[in-house]
Amino acid sequence: MSFLRRRKATERPHAEPHDIDTETDDVHDKKKTKPRPKLRPKRWSCVDTCYWLIGCIFSAWWFLLFLFSAMPASFPQYVTEAITGPLPDPPGVKLKKEGLTAMHPVVFVPGIVTGGLELWEGHQCAEGLFRKRLWGGTFGELYKRPLCWAEHMSLDNETGLDPSGIRVRPVSGLVAADYFAPGYFVWAVLIANLARIGYEEKTMYMAAYDWRLSFQNTEVRDQTLSRIKSNIELLVATNGGNKVVVIPHSMGVLYFLHFMKWVEAPAPMGGGGGSDWCAKHIKAVMNIGAPFLGVPKAVAGLFSIEAKDIAVARAFAPGVLDKDVFGLQTLRHMMRMTRTWDSTMSMIPKGGDTIWGSLDWSPEGYFNCSAKRLKNNDINTADKNGNGSLESTKRVNYGRIISFGKDIAEIHSHEIERVDFRGAAKGNNLTNATKCDVWTEYQEMGIEGVKSVADYKVYTAGSILDLLRYVAPKLMARGDAHFSYGIADNLDDPKYDHYKYWSNPLETKLPNAPDMEIYTMYGVGVPTERAYVYKLTPAAECYIPFQIDTSAEGGSEGSCLKGGVFSVDGDETVPVLSSGFMCAKGWRGKTRFNPSGIRTYIREYDHAPPANLLEGRGTQSGAHVDIMGNFALIEDIIRVAAGATGEDLGGDRVYSDIFKWSEKINLQL
Amino acid sequence: MCWLEHLSLHNETGLDPPGIRVRAVPGLVAADYFAPGYFVWAVLIENLAKIGYEGKNLHMAAYDWRLSFQNTEIRDQALSRLKSKIELMYVTNGYKKVVVVPHSMGVIYFLHFLKWVESPPPMGGGGGPGWCAKHIKAIMNIGPAFLGVPKAVSNIFSAESKEVAFIRAMAPSVLDSEILGLQTLEHLMRVSRTWDSTISLLPKGGETIWGNLDWSPEDGHGCDFVKKGQPSMSDNNLNSSNGRSCFQVKDPVKYGRMISFGKAASQLPSSQLPTHDSKEFLHTSASTNFNSSCGEVWTEYDEMSRESIRKISENKAYTARTLFDLLRSVAPKMMRRAENHFSHGISENLDDPKYAHYKYWSNPLETKLPDAPDMEIYCLYGVGIPTERAYVYKLAPSDKCKNIPFRIDSSADGDAGSGLKSGVYFVDGDESVPVLSAGFMCAKGWRGRTRFNPSGMATYIREYRHKRPASLLEGRGTESGAHVDIMGNVALIEDILRVAAGATGAEIGGDRIYSDIIRMSERINLRI
Repeated sequence: MSFLRRRKATERPHAEPHDIDTETDDVHDKKKTKPRPKLRPKRWSCVDTCYWLIGCIFSAWWFLLFLFSAMPASFPQYVTEAITGPLPDPPGVKLKKEGLTAMHPVVFVPGIVTGGLELWEGHQCAEGLFRKRLWGGTFGELYKRPLCWAEHMSLDNETGLDPSGIRVRPVSGLVAADYFAPGYFVWAVLIANLARIGYEEKTMYMAAYDWRLSFQNTEVRDQTLSRIKSNIELLVATNGGNKVVVIPHSMGVLYFLHFMKWVEAPAPMGGGGGSDWCAKHIKAVMNIGAPFLGVPKAVAGLFSIEAKDIAVARAFAPGVLDKDVFGLQTLRHMMRMTRTWDSTMSMIPKGGDTIWGSLDWSPEGYFNCSAKRLKNNDINTADKNGNGSLESTKRVNYGRIISFGKDIAEIHSHEIERVDFRGAAKGNNLTNATKCDVWTEYQEMGIEGVKSVADYKVYTAGSILDLLRYVAPKLMARGDAHFSYGIADNLDDPKYDHYKYWSNPLETKLPNAPDMEIYTMYGVGVPTERAYVYKLTPAAECYIPFQIDTSAEGGSEGSCLKGGVFSVDGDETVPVLSSGFMCAKGWRGKTRFNPSGIRTYIREYDHAPPANLLEGRGTQSGAHVDIMGNFALIEDIIRVAAGATGEDLGGDRVYSDIFKWSEKINLQL
Repeated sequence: MCWLEHLSLHNETGLDPPGIRVRAVPGLVAADYFAPGYFVWAVLIENLAKIGYEGKNLHMAAYDWRLSFQNTEIRDQALSRLKSKIELMYVTNGYKKVVVVPHSMGVIYFLHFLKWVESPPPMGGGGGPGWCAKHIKAIMNIGPAFLGVPKAVSNIFSAESKEVAFIRAMAPSVLDSEILGLQTLEHLMRVSRTWDSTISLLPKGGETIWGNLDWSPEDGHGCDFVKKGQPSMSDNNLNSSNGRSCFQVKDPVKYGRMISFGKAASQLPSSQLPTHDSKEFLHTSASTNFNSSCGEVWTEYDEMSRESIRKISENKAYTARTLFDLLRSVAPKMMRRAENHFSHGISENLDDPKYAHYKYWSNPLETKLPDAPDMEIYCLYGVGIPTERAYVYKLAPSDKCKNIPFRIDSSADGDAGSGLKSGVYFVDGDESVPVLSAGFMCAKGWRGRTRFNPSGMATYIREYRHKRPASLLEGRGTESGAHVDIMGNVALIEDILRVAAGATGAEIGGDRIYSDIIRMSERINLRI
């Protein structure tokens, strides 16, 4: 634009003498002469302008680029500090000033989906990917050859182990899960802060495992549990007998529960460590975001591969799985792949109706969603008026984890007409399975099967298992062989020696280690999925027949129902009930689940969104993964690693209603 | 500079400088692709994976290669870790013994480990005698530097060799560019001198092995092999494009003189050489510190007087034995540390209790192999590449801040057929390790039941003749014999795979020799 102006300016003096000369001539002549000189420069100038513009843009671009690269690395931080005042010291630095040093070796147990997986042997289409990350990192391969990728990430549907000719193995070492994807930290912040007080490779250990397998299969295939045992023994031996502090996250919590039973159980099923192995080697287990009793999200994930975000997997890989990389059939490809992963079944809600509530009752019964909403109004788009608060205290039937239709979710139980689906014959193979290249077990259900599922209307935590067994028989056949979801009546029953009970805290005793400490650390203040409203999808041949009824909205502003999902307090993935109950009640004191009276501590972290964009994912976040960067949590961990006990930290730190809810649960202790 | 600072260890203790911690990267990611495009282990690992190996039965024993071997245990417990890992693999893989594949300096490191693991604590690992016999099936040493490499001498002495020793060989793009400005070499020297482990690579066995002023085991055929061994190398950087045989050279090359000052000194008969007692300049006081403020770069040369530098050069020729006196005088602090951790002699009586000390463990001439008659030891190395063996030095022009007073005399070129080129004498080898160092122990020192190998474990020599890649497309070649590139040699990989899959040395064909190692070994007069 600036050039245009200049061009005109130069043109005028050029034309001026001409005008003066022909002043006396008639106007016609003047008009005639004027266009001619104008015409030539104009055509010339158009191209010229173009080039100029391009030139300007490019030089400006290069200049900015130059400035950017010349900018000192600390510049963004400098600006932030100028605006918001000095940032608080990272906890590692702060505690180093207090004189804390490394004492207890630290073991990290990553959760589902956050650990990297790499290819060791593959089919033709994966040529050249040897030891490249298939999971984690940039997911570059996912975009390039999605079907090949899905094929390699899937496990065998019958055995739950490797399909023939494919070996995908966990990445080992601290790099396995420090960053999930570039810029998306998981353990990195914690590791960096631990390093500040003197931790290093020999005192930190990432217990990476293949999170797709059922827990016992990681030992069968990779001897992962043996490795963890040997590594912990080594850590203790090379660090002067200091016991380890174990920090499991998410599903790693269940994995480590399994490990603690495994290691003391006699060989061959167990590790043969003897009954005092845990007492001798473990100082504390600091569970982060623990889904002790499962997560409702896993149900939605297994049932229809959708939850508010696609099950757990999507929660961890935002932006990756959202894209339609597989074309139109994304969901079904995902479903086919994730259904081969046995580990997802470890997160199905445990404890049935006793814990999660029946048709008309649930421990959270009168949870006030608006109160929570007010607290973190900037997360949801909801407005901030406080009017609806009273209205929304009306009871929500959280116990009905899946209901077909919004009205069903709300009316009283005796008004619901239910038709039992359990005996219902699955239809003949009505849908033409050959047309559907994507295989899910829904094709085998037939239309009658689908209908009978919908006719049962409401499913609680107890009946959900039957539902899943009905819609995905193969999956659950594997699942039932490896996991159990009940509550033990008599823990001394010899059947509980079987490994399938080991990851269920309600069917195992904690090890005999009175000096050990168990922490449960989780975020609160983020709406978390708890129950769903479903509908049938319009009949089409190759579709998943159920989906969340996103049109189901709670009436008032403060309602807990939003987009077909009832939410409660939690850390976005795990409800408070699941992460807190065991430490608040199930294991508190000397109970039958905790015969040696291991001390338990609850540490809650109230979610506060990042104050500004520069802060990234925040230092006070309570969200399921982001909490790994929460300064308060890191500080707690470092203190314990440096030798503090739970009392030194200040004991419990509770913001939610977990104690009240736990009271309501009627469980024999 | 930041990079440099973090790689240098503390000069006094050989441990971390305060406030800086750099640690070896664990796991299989540690060594493969550690510099982009430069495979070291990746090809081997990929091929092992093809026959079913994976993370649970492969282990990369990463250690901080800058530390002396015993210090890796003291600081990082690296040896304990390795022991525990081997035991774990043994158990989790159905009680099958492991095959160990060390490369280059890792060979000496693993020798150290073998002794350490069976020694009683606190100095050793307390595995007890029989640990090796129980857990190890075979050791397949690739490019082993059993008896050291002459390159290490020039590296320590003046931080230069044809390429700056191993460090540069392994990080080619990093050190070649003058990232540190004009003082690259000096900076490099300062860094690499804090690395104790380089000292483990100094030539061992003294004149018995490496030859004295007038004699060396390679006499007469050194350069002959350089030529015959690699007809395809004729256009390489070496001397000869003509096919003349070396036998026409009248004087045999005196490889025993590892460092000579001036080309003439490297060729004269020893009677004409001036003989100063090399010990005397040890005591020359460094009172006349000249201008130590001149550069911010610290090398110990600053503390040496001009006079002693001149004296050093007057001595004209150094053999593998006198070399140590030389190094002691030019780098006293470093050698003082080194001598606590390494020894470079030959043992008279292996049962002497002093050999229980860890400083002898990495020297094959001062230790016994463990009692494990079923174990196998392989020496796998490339031949057919000219390899540095001895150097012609000169004094650097006395410039104030040119800190390193000695230079390789790159103007010293031999006749077309002699092994001398740009101040360096070459022999057959794999570009870094001469055949003598790589092969002698397997060819003679440990062959059969000797005092170094009391249980008589079997040894095998597998040589791989160097062939350059046939085309550019082949990258670094599948038949290379070069020190690092050999890790992509298909014949070598095949051997390793066969042994890993259960074959014995006899089954893969026993010895496979192209060089003259057997004859050279015979000329070495070592009591075995």
